[in-house]
Amino acid sequence: MSPSGQGRKVSLTESIGAHLLLVVAVAFALYPLLWVVSLAFSGAVEPTPRVLPVPLEPTLEHLRGVAFSTLEVPGEPDRWLFGLQLANSIVISLATALVGVVIAVPTAYALARFEFVGKEGGVRALLATQMFPAVASAIPLYIILDGLGLLGTRSGLVLCYATTAVPFAIFQLRGAFETIPRDLEEAAMVDGATRFEAFRKVVLPAARPAIAVTALFAFMSAYNEFVLAHTMLGREEMYTVPVVLQRYISEFSADWPKFAAGSLIVSIPVMILFYIAQRHLIAGLTAGGVKG
Amino acid sequence: MVAVTARTIVKRFGATEVLRGVDVHVPHGGFAVLVGPSGCGKSTLLRLLAGLEEVTSGEIRFGDRDVTGLAPRDRDIAMVFQSYALYPHLTVRDNLAFGLNLRKTHPATIASRVAEVSAMLGLDHLLDRLPRALSGGQRQRVAMGRAIVRRPQLFLFDEPLSNLDAALRAQVRVEIRKLHDQLGATSVYVTHDQVEAMTLADQIFVLNRGVVEQVGPPREVYELPRTRFVAGFLGSPAMNFLDNVQVAAGGLALPGGQTLAIRDSAQFGSALQPGRTVSLGVRPHDFVVRPDAPDLVVDVELVELLGPELQIHARLGGAPLTVCLDSQSGVARGDRLPLAVRALHLFDPATGLSLRA
Repeated sequence: MSPSGQGRKVSLTESIGAHLLLVVAVAFALYPLLWVVSLAFSGAVEPTPRVLPVPLEPTLEHLRGVAFSTLEVPGEPDRWLFGLQLANSIVISLATALVGVVIAVPTAYALARFEFVGKEGGVRALLATQMFPAVASAIPLYIILDGLGLLGTRSGLVLCYATTAVPFAIFQLRGAFETIPRDLEEAAMVDGATRFEAFRKVVLPAARPAIAVTALFAFMSAYNEFVLAHTMLGREEMYTVPVVLQRYISEFSADWPKFAAGSLIVSIPVMILFYIAQRHLIAGLTAGGVKG
Repeated sequence: MVAVTARTIVKRFGATEVLRGVDVHVPHGGFAVLVGPSGCGKSTLLRLLAGLEEVTSGEIRFGDRDVTGLAPRDRDIAMVFQSYALYPHLTVRDNLAFGLNLRKTHPATIASRVAEVSAMLGLDHLLDRLPRALSGGQRQRVAMGRAIVRRPQLFLFDEPLSNLDAALRAQVRVEIRKLHDQLGATSVYVTHDQVEAMTLADQIFVLNRGVVEQVGPPREVYELPRTRFVAGFLGSPAMNFLDNVQVAAGGLALPGGQTLAIRDSAQFGSALQPGRTVSLGVRPHDFVVRPDAPDLVVDVELVELLGPELQIHARLGGAPLTVCLDSQSGVARGDRLPLAVRALHLFDPATGLSLRA
């Protein structure tokens, strides 16, 4: 232990000061969130300006209203609209993460390990695509999807998201593969593995935390994306949740309680995902511990 | 067990020629050490033997089998890496069994081999640990075990001790040699540490700038270095060199006006023609104190006590000289020290080749 750390007692005043500071910081971060919670559970029609985010006339009405919204189709039984929309979001985001990782893993590995003609040029081109905001590609993507007949479909949107998810994942994973010592693969190959076996049995497990983090990022960016979803999806039952939420706020009226209730509900899958992935997330943050 | 032969190996990386026509032969069951300074090509040569790099030209044979174009897994070799290269996600047991599993060895055989090797190396109590929960010495042992368990024809070692502390290094060095004697497998060992080279090898290959400067048993390479480079590289402290020494009648004209008589001049044949300039080499341990009839007298500048011996930094007519003597010899700073030379080496100043006939 260092001499300064040894025996140095934190005084009570210092401790109280530090905790007060932390409380203020936490309150600052949580305050808007608490307002969302408060709004979602408030029965009062017009939220009145006040300091403390306590629900007025607590009710579950907005949550129910959002969660059990239905689609009325003449001549058919009503369909559970919000369920469809949430499923759209989850399916599209999962597919984006999957496509991103499946394409990026071999690409990133090749970029990290092999020398080949056009490698540097290719990497620069990939990097260049990251410089443009996704919105800039909205119109070309719209035209392409229209040409492919994929406009308004989930696969079309996954294709759009992949255009940004794949390059990002490649950069993430290339860095991760570069931190894995070549010796590991070479040891595996001397031990009797083909290069592919060395990749599958040694490199992939060592890169698992990085792959998990990359997949999570791809999922999150797809799950939260609004502009492309709003542009490409025309019918209500194809909407993803950001589009659904936006529709509670229109030019002439804003249904803030429903917006807040919707926000809470759509956060749940993300929270579950983070909970499942947190072990990998932490391992991902401390990556580099892979050296044998 | 197999003999290893590499013929006229050339390896280029782009325009850089790393190995320039190297020949290596290690007999069946031999222990060869490739030694040389950083960048001499020794690790590259080992990687070529492993199949981790492709030769630019030349041929590699294991016994009567041409392995030049074979992938590492088809060469039946095992390699211990400097970084140990343990699979971080596998336990010690699975690390040891990895190669056998890949070769679809019967599970019962795997279990018995792993048990045998872990007993041999004292790894029994560590089998269920992950590499990150092991100390450096333990990781080194697992790396060795992973090589042994496969019973390969050839062991390759790439500076396996350089990440260990000095005490452990000496201990593991002895263990490696014992294991070699026990298993009898042909081994090729790369190091830049001359102590490892001298103690482990049956045959030392001294590499310099992509060529083998000398091959031979450790004693021969140490006592009869064929080039000035080999003479300077092996031995600690390094050999003293005096350049621009003139061959005079009856000896060598040293800096400062002294003359060193050459007792056994026959060993240099006709090289000792008066008037010729040579480079003189004397190992620090080849000096003895001789007050009655000294070969030369040096001025002591600094004396370092290294436990059993003294390392004396002296000057001979302005040229620096290191002398190692017994710690009881009572030499002090400022002394004029009368010395006899037990063995000396002469080199051609232009080519660096030994002038020994």
